[in-house]
Amino acid sequence: MQTVLRSRSAEVVVSPEHPFVMIGERINPTGRKVLAAEMTAGRMDRVRADAIAQVRSGARMLDVNAGVPGVDEPALLVAAIRAVTEVVDVPLCIDSSVVEALEAALPIYEGKALVNSVTAEDERLDRILPLVRKHGAAVIGMANDETGITMVPEERLAIARKIVERAVFYGIPAEDVVIDPIAMTVAADPQAGVITLRTMELIRDQLGNNMTCGASNVSFGLPERHLLNAAWLPVAMRAGLTCAITNPLIEEVRQSVLASNLLLGHDEYATAWIADYRERQRRGQPAPVT
Amino acid sequence: MSREEEIRQELFDHTLNGHAPEVRKLTEEALALKMDPMDILFKALIPSLEEVGRRFEKGDFFVPEMLIAARAMQGALVLLRPLIAETGAKPIGKYVIGTVKGDIHDIGKNLVIIMLEGAGFEVVDLGVNAAPEKFVEAVRTHQPHIVGFSAFLTTTMPMFKVNIEALQKAGLREQVVVMVGGAPVTEDYARLAGADRYAPDASMATRMAKEIVGAAQARESAALTQAVELIDQTLKKG
Repeated sequence: MQTVLRSRSAEVVVSPEHPFVMIGERINPTGRKVLAAEMTAGRMDRVRADAIAQVRSGARMLDVNAGVPGVDEPALLVAAIRAVTEVVDVPLCIDSSVVEALEAALPIYEGKALVNSVTAEDERLDRILPLVRKHGAAVIGMANDETGITMVPEERLAIARKIVERAVFYGIPAEDVVIDPIAMTVAADPQAGVITLRTMELIRDQLGNNMTCGASNVSFGLPERHLLNAAWLPVAMRAGLTCAITNPLIEEVRQSVLASNLLLGHDEYATAWIADYRERQRRGQPAPVT
Repeated sequence: MSREEEIRQELFDHTLNGHAPEVRKLTEEALALKMDPMDILFKALIPSLEEVGRRFEKGDFFVPEMLIAARAMQGALVLLRPLIAETGAKPIGKYVIGTVKGDIHDIGKNLVIIMLEGAGFEVVDLGVNAAPEKFVEAVRTHQPHIVGFSAFLTTTMPMFKVNIEALQKAGLREQVVVMVGGAPVTEDYARLAGADRYAPDASMATRMAKEIVGAAQARESAALTQAVELIDQTLKKG
């Protein structure tokens, strides 16, 4: 399956036959006090700078979240999207669990956005999916419902299937549903990683939808998170992950994606890998041992 | 150093490092030497778990180390429980906790529970996605000293206020201290929502809770009447 996302003039194809897509996660005020304060005050300089930096580091889409406690999130999300689209031309992942914010943001976005996200709760599905359909967007479906997150891969598959079926019912093509099989930290449960990988394999083989995940979740509560996040990506790609919301500014993560794309056959003649090497040489970074 | 002192030290060290088999063996040895179960609990196990909390707070310890230490302690509690039960002991305080409605994140909440139980609280866990009515019902039934709301999302944080209003409506707000926490929560937000206390992490939450129930001063006397329900609760999780 191919999920095609668009900005004003660019197009990104997410599919197992295409290079892995990094969705930059930085434009999110949760846990970023300075960014939250600036966004609340209507200052979008840092949002613009984050957008540019992430795209330069290889993000082919950007997640935009404006969830600051106690603010008018619909207005702030619209302002943040406007700021981002002023400076970069990549498709956006519009990130809010407030339906009113999605209602405000989708009409002003020029392109085909990825809505982040809907869960399998009926109440959420029946509010968000018609909105996604109305604006011709794609949507991330999280494999959990009101009962919580199951640790049984087959049950997550069933929940994912429910989301895809409901989307199709509302007139959204199945390929425009990107499933999040839910990555959880291995700090709390050492089996959390393999459970997610098994879920990915089931979804890949039985539904065939593209998949994304919050790739930084796996390492929560542990030291050297960058290394764990970087190690997670190639194994997850092999299990069916085709894009991820992650931080491209982290060198380990960025290089892990480049290397995986090459090793998994998505970088013909190692063009991107070599270009990145040259670019780093040009910037005077020490040449690695060969 | 007497063997008793050595055992205390070894129990402390092995609990800290999460060595369950050693903790169990040492506890057996301690009981064979007729050491007081309360002594084992309060002079070795609980101080060890408190040290785990301090290290976690400082960033020297990580989540799995906290979990494995708690598990090692549970092995000892299995042995101590029937002995302490005979003394008719009581927990130092009661704490009702849950993740608010609409939110299913529970790692942080579960860490708080481990630390609270380690400190001697009886904890009633309402799980995730807990509706205001559920909190009201639990406060009414269990009459806790403290009720804690956890939220991981900016979109579910407003449930703090909703929960507090529900307690008010039920006439229960005055009899319970409200604590809140979760990744996006700030001190300011907690105050605006009408909460009494905000804690940034599990260890701090536990210290505040102890302060609230006056456990710091009462600890030595409470020692004698400690922890059967606590142990029951903890064992159920093991």
